[in-house]
Amino acid sequence: MGIFNIVIAGVGGQGVLLASKVLSESALVAGMDVKQNEVHGMAQRGGSVISFVRIGPRVGSPVVMPGTADLLISFEPLEALRHLHYLKPGGMLVYNKATINPSTVASGLAAYPADVAERIAMAVPGARGIEALAIAKAAGNAKAVNMVMVGSVLKALPIDPRIVEGVVTAMSKGRGAEVNRKALTGGAAA
Amino acid sequence: MKAERKILSGNEAIALAFTDSGGVFASGYPGTPSTETLEEVARLGEVYCEWAPNEKVGLEAAIGASIAGGRAMATMKHVGVNVAADALLTLNYTGVNAGLVLMVADDPGMHSSQNEQDSRNYAKFAKIPMLDPSDSQEAYDFLREGLALSERFDTPVMLRTTTRISHAKGIVERQGRIEPKVGEWVKDVPKYVMLPHFGKVRHAAIEERLLKLREFAETTPLNRVEMGDTELGILTSGISYQHVKEAYPDASILKLGMVHPLPEGKIREFAGKVSRFMIVEELDGIFEEQVRAMGIRVDVGKDRIPYCDEVNADVVRAAAGGGGRPAGAAPATDLPLRPPTFCPGCAHRGVFSILAKLKVFVSGDIGCYTLGALAPMNAMHSCICMGASISAAHGMAKVNEIAERPGKPVAVIGDSTFFHSGMTGLLGMAYNGGNALVVIMDNRTTGMTGGQDNPGSGRGLMGQAARQVDIVALVKVLGIENVFEINAYDLKETEAAIRRGLETPGPYVLVDRNPCTLRYRVKRPVLAVDPGKCTGCKACLKVACVALGLTADGDKPKVRIDPEICNGCGICSKHCRFDAIAQSRAGGGDGNL
Repeated sequence: MGIFNIVIAGVGGQGVLLASKVLSESALVAGMDVKQNEVHGMAQRGGSVISFVRIGPRVGSPVVMPGTADLLISFEPLEALRHLHYLKPGGMLVYNKATINPSTVASGLAAYPADVAERIAMAVPGARGIEALAIAKAAGNAKAVNMVMVGSVLKALPIDPRIVEGVVTAMSKGRGAEVNRKALTGGAAA
Repeated sequence: MKAERKILSGNEAIALAFTDSGGVFASGYPGTPSTETLEEVARLGEVYCEWAPNEKVGLEAAIGASIAGGRAMATMKHVGVNVAADALLTLNYTGVNAGLVLMVADDPGMHSSQNEQDSRNYAKFAKIPMLDPSDSQEAYDFLREGLALSERFDTPVMLRTTTRISHAKGIVERQGRIEPKVGEWVKDVPKYVMLPHFGKVRHAAIEERLLKLREFAETTPLNRVEMGDTELGILTSGISYQHVKEAYPDASILKLGMVHPLPEGKIREFAGKVSRFMIVEELDGIFEEQVRAMGIRVDVGKDRIPYCDEVNADVVRAAAGGGGRPAGAAPATDLPLRPPTFCPGCAHRGVFSILAKLKVFVSGDIGCYTLGALAPMNAMHSCICMGASISAAHGMAKVNEIAERPGKPVAVIGDSTFFHSGMTGLLGMAYNGGNALVVIMDNRTTGMTGGQDNPGSGRGLMGQAARQVDIVALVKVLGIENVFEINAYDLKETEAAIRRGLETPGPYVLVDRNPCTLRYRVKRPVLAVDPGKCTGCKACLKVACVALGLTADGDKPKVRIDPEICNGCGICSKHCRFDAIAQSRAGGGDGNL
């Protein structure tokens, strides 16, 4: 196989980096090479966060070039639209339908576009929007959106889903393991 | 036994390597993208480590550790080397006793920095070796090699990373551990006392060392040739190597692991074997200048590779004249931006909402509060470098005075930045009879880099209790008589204090002491909008809190508060003239401080 490119987009504080870590560790356990790279630093709560995970027999650059992502996972609809250009033609997109206002919208300087879902569907006909926030809450914690999103792409990954489940369980503490497992399963069923 | 394999960032790999190679002392100042290196040294728990108030102090402490016989490391970001340069440019004269590596993280693309300077210039300037890893494994290996080189050639070694090395994660295979041991404390006056008489001798030693390093560069496996298709040959290093491999997996490559000094013979031989010789380097054309000065023909270089921003595979392909790839969708350009902003509940929001209202000139500094410059606050008008807010405000005030112009500038600075190099500016202002209002926003952490400890937080890097400085007492000792504590959540009191500070002639300091909500996990009951009282005037929106938003319905939409995001600070409610925002009965959570 070649390199499988994943882009994860979201908002600071949503757990994009932890989701990336789950995918990277899973690749390690599966015996593949992996590189993960994100941009943080200035990204305090509320800023755009983007993370790359590249999985394959041998991975060099940690950067996913626009137009080459096999999979785009977005934790927020507007961020899905913002990062669509990373997808390769025919690539797969899953996004969380729950919206979070950017500070520009929160302060009344801009409006949250009303047609985000339509624009996504037009650009990526097979795009899937899921109610990740509701599923996470049902699993026991609104913060488990990241695990719901990982669950939603389990079947598309070049990794055995049982490995991913094992990594999530190993990384969780106390009651979190049960919440994360439910979130993962909920995401997979969405 | 199978070697241990882990996924590590470049920063984590360097920390592990320092721990695994007999490291004894590590110091530095947090700065993205270098920060996690020392944090990881602390987490690993094997090596003594500490935060220094600034990079110069960090490097100087590491020099002391080396002289006393312990392997040492200092870490900082590129702009930190400017602060540490005074020490560095004489450390190159003294050399070392135990190995000393200065880890510097550059930030091409300016993901979180005020400039894009290329630290390779410092290695050339200081005439010392610099290693430039291209992934996490090399970051691990090169730190270990750097300590060895430092001792072998009696020189400080710079280990340079860039954001895509520091923060990119890859698999690292751990090597055998070297037990830490403290060597003999060397008392060698001509080597370590840089009086002119001794310094002259040491300068000659530097030149001699550089010759030896040039010879070493020719044979070290740090610099390797990967011969492939000889139509295109590329000289490169660091992360650019990965982009080159991505763009041209079959090309011939001369990959430099040591980027200063350069292996002239090796480059000449390589260039002679390929039809087209290309140099791919991020930021400055440092290799290219030197290679051209060697009289070697360069076919593609900085004429095609930009001086600004990061290199990537597409940039390499475009420069080499290769074909592109099938493109994906065009990026959407009409979307509302999502810039970083103050966290919900952050006390900075209170101060900036008042400064914006008073329309004063605000001389800013480096930290979370730099975000006060962005819309809708627009409440910061200059920001140069760490600590410059106060000294710049002083200069502005002096010019105002000379021009007989009214208006007192306001300097805004955080606690960590104040300790870093703001203190000296304030000392100068007190000494020279300045006339600025200084607001020190003491949130008891180094916020923007992720909440590191500092001399005001009462805790050290290894988690130990530490002496906590009293900022008000410190400010007084520097010679400022007017220094008062404020509470930025009390907007009325804060506005009155700021107004008093602006009206009172002379230096005036206000200290807000509210803890960072993110670092100290502050949780307060959430607020809610009473739709019966909200008129949709949007006055509250000026505080730029992401918990606020407008309901879509009606020609005058009302404000709503997202309970998942609100942290109950109440600053928005104090901007509401209609008393429409109050604590929500549905809200949960208690203040936990």
